[in-house]
Amino acid sequence: MEKRVTFSRWTIGILFAVPQLLLIFTFFYWPAGQAVYWSLTLQQPWGGGNIWVGLDNFRSILSNADYWNSISASLIFAGISTGLAMFIALVLAALTDRQLAGSRFYRVVLIWPYGIAAPALALAFRFILAPEAGFMAVVNQVWPGFWDPGLDGADAMASIIVAFSWKYVGYNFIFFLAAFQAIPRSLIEAAAMDGSGVIRRFWDIQFPLITPTIFFLLVINITESFQDSFGIVDIMTSGGPANATNLMVYKIYSDGFKGLDYSGAAAQSIILMLLIIVLTIFQFRFIERRVHYR
Amino acid sequence: MASITIRDVTKSYAKMQVVHGVSLDFASGEFVVILGPSGCGKSTLLRMIAGLEDISGGTIAIDGTVVNKLEPRERGCAMVFQNYALYPHMSVSQNIGYSLKVSGVPAAERKQRIQAVARTLELEHLLDRKPMALSGGQRQRVAMGRAMIREPKVFLFDEPLSNLDAKLRVQMRSEIRKLHRRLAATSVFVTHDQVEAMTLADRLVVMNGGRVEQVGTPAEVYSRPASRFVATFVGAPAMNMLEGTVTLDGLSLLGDSRKLNVSRAGLPVGTKVAVGIRPESVRLVAAGTPGALEATVDLVEELGAGRVIYVDLDGAPFSVVTSETVHPVPGSTVGLQFAETDLHFFSSETGSRLDVFKASVREPAL
Amino acid sequence: MVERTPFLNFFTHVILFAGFVFCIAPFVIVTIAASHNLKDVNDVPMSLLPGNDFWVNIKTAWVTANLGPKLLNSFIMATGVAAGKVIISALTAFSIVYFRYPGRTFIFWLIFVTLMLPLEVRIVPTYAVVANVLEPFQTIMDLTGLSWLVEKVSGVHVALNLGMLNSYPGLILPLIATATGTFLYRQFFLTVPDELTEAARMDGAGPLRFFIDILLPLSRNNMAALGTIMFLWAWNQYLWPLLITTDQSHATAVTELKQLIPNVGGAPEWHIAMAGTLIIMLPPLVVVVLMQRWFVRGLIATEK
Repeated sequence: MEKRVTFSRWTIGILFAVPQLLLIFTFFYWPAGQAVYWSLTLQQPWGGGNIWVGLDNFRSILSNADYWNSISASLIFAGISTGLAMFIALVLAALTDRQLAGSRFYRVVLIWPYGIAAPALALAFRFILAPEAGFMAVVNQVWPGFWDPGLDGADAMASIIVAFSWKYVGYNFIFFLAAFQAIPRSLIEAAAMDGSGVIRRFWDIQFPLITPTIFFLLVINITESFQDSFGIVDIMTSGGPANATNLMVYKIYSDGFKGLDYSGAAAQSIILMLLIIVLTIFQFRFIERRVHYR
Repeated sequence: MASITIRDVTKSYAKMQVVHGVSLDFASGEFVVILGPSGCGKSTLLRMIAGLEDISGGTIAIDGTVVNKLEPRERGCAMVFQNYALYPHMSVSQNIGYSLKVSGVPAAERKQRIQAVARTLELEHLLDRKPMALSGGQRQRVAMGRAMIREPKVFLFDEPLSNLDAKLRVQMRSEIRKLHRRLAATSVFVTHDQVEAMTLADRLVVMNGGRVEQVGTPAEVYSRPASRFVATFVGAPAMNMLEGTVTLDGLSLLGDSRKLNVSRAGLPVGTKVAVGIRPESVRLVAAGTPGALEATVDLVEELGAGRVIYVDLDGAPFSVVTSETVHPVPGSTVGLQFAETDLHFFSSETGSRLDVFKASVREPAL
Repeated sequence: MVERTPFLNFFTHVILFAGFVFCIAPFVIVTIAASHNLKDVNDVPMSLLPGNDFWVNIKTAWVTANLGPKLLNSFIMATGVAAGKVIISALTAFSIVYFRYPGRTFIFWLIFVTLMLPLEVRIVPTYAVVANVLEPFQTIMDLTGLSWLVEKVSGVHVALNLGMLNSYPGLILPLIATATGTFLYRQFFLTVPDELTEAARMDGAGPLRFFIDILLPLSRNNMAALGTIMFLWAWNQYLWPLLITTDQSHATAVTELKQLIPNVGGAPEWHIAMAGTLIIMLPPLVVVVLMQRWFVRGLIATEK
């Protein structure tokens, strides 16, 4: 879409864009370029600049079992938490959209979790799910040793999934509810006149009409599970036990800033960037289709 | 007060030319209405006068000064927009006074002038309201006030009444007319509504397809349309058009089924022409009346003061407006009668008016 | 609509209520835990009746983690990011919507691409840039021979250095360097009727006047929505402040959470940890509750 009316003195126009351009050049394009440069070079141990190593950094990462472990942990985390957060939010939004008594109240409360910082809710869940205090301790009293995120990788993964999903139920709820409410009431009424019941209408009318939102949220949730998970992992598990929750961004952070392996961290960043770009492109294809839908 | 001179003005966008060499002269203080269907280039022409569109070719001069390169604010024009374009976050008085504020008029003088304009337009009690809180007619007045306050040389109106309901439109029409009489500024008014055009214009410019079809007083345009397009566009219901061919003894209509006895006046046999008859020039007579064309009644539309009768003339649609209390039954046969002076002839090829025939109606051949 | 669905309605209420409990429970548990003493908070099961030590714990958490200055830092960072976004995005969107200049499409895409890569994935090199913000320019000058030229002519050795570690600009600026807000404004500007711009031009207003007198006042809702969402987003940032505030003076509240985790082997002071958590999660929660409308609107608009 374009404006019909524009101002003719475009030199002024460019000036308006300058602050933003300076910022994104300095803090976006330059670092992104640096990441590419570092990923293709190796820093000399005692200064003396970087030497060109081609794709060696990538080769060494991709042949590292720890990295593959990090990828699979990230994918498991992304898959399960996205599924959980979206399913719960979809059900809650669909039911809230029925506008029975109290639905306004739910509309307000169900979005609160999204306002909370990931590390803060992570600390809350670390307590709630602590094996010796909190609530899982009750379960441990009945079946000793059943639950210990500090020792059992699966338990640790489950903990971060619960924490992340809790936050993103609120997020997804907002979008699903908006999508449901964007469906013209007349459509629902027409279906009711056609003799379709509440559940039937959901599957025949509402669900197909919100599929674009579903795809959109799918991509957002996956990308967020890569980024927003950092605080949760750092507070709840620090990547452990035995790297079971060493998700990709966390690994970049610990390799780069703890291990001081800039080249390896940069190469990992590049791989993550590519992954996110692919997801984003996928999303735009669906946004195009969504425009088509209306 | 200012005259406007438009010379060979064209406008093209990347792929399309929308105005093809228009030349017009508007006298100082004149109220000119540009009439045409949507997409005919009338709004583009207006916007070129305003300075909102670049002029691709030709010149526009206001008071003898070529304004092609001048910014809107330097041209001394004010404009009333179709959707009023009131600034939604400003009060009525801020809206009216904005141009004065921009040009640095001191607050005291500004206030005084706003008051004066508000008085003229009876907006005084609304000055503190936001546009959202106004009715359509009131918004329209604010838009007018915003144009008036600058005491412009030229008023430009871009379909300003089309968002109003029918009753308000009639009322605003007369108010605009009165205002023009008072301010006597040159006004250019663009519309697609022919009633609006006829009632407002000192002079009417009819446009189609980026070209001027006819310039004249409303009466001239109605009684002597310069082209087939003008003939059918001006007047409601539209002028009836029957296709015909020049024959040895006159004219054959509707694929030879009807004949008119006219002189050929030098036109070669076989020339295709279109014959126009205004529905209000046709008299309805009993079927079988000598000299009348016979037709079958399709539909009768009651207008209260009169009625429109749609008939079928061997497959061609034809309408008659009558104020007589006749009520023909759909399906029945009626006779149509008209004076030969009421016939208009147009070239089928170019659509332009032909004033060569003297026609008289002959008995139907069937 | 007349509809008799008693069972469905019943289940709707049951499930929504369960959802409500699921959402609210962590808040409640944190609050209750924050009111217990060391012994009670470690009881299994922990009593769900609030204890008496709430204010004591809050105070202890406040003092131990030195939350006063940290909250102030968080507030400065969040406000800075929100304000910066609201202003810079408006300027940029105005430029790309209301002007036609050579390279405009290129600039549009340049900005658009920044939507794709969040700060987290380019964290390492961004850190390096913030350590010396002028490094990109120095490098460019070195590579183009400009610094050599300057040194030859003026005898001054060019060594641009502006470190932003442990500073507010270092915290704030990289968080502003994305396109989120720009596209929110762009969408809105595109819905502003062209006639309004034309009317302003007929009234004699130039681009700057139009921007300040007409466009910005009309964008108030967008500003509120964007400001709210950016404030929350910035407040909740963790990785970035963690990295660049090596010194406590600029640390933010959220990065302080880590200090509150009970030490392994030490006393499990969950009551203090939860009191701290409560303090830190409260400001964004208050913003969400008070600014719900803008929050929802901003969220939906920024993601599209």
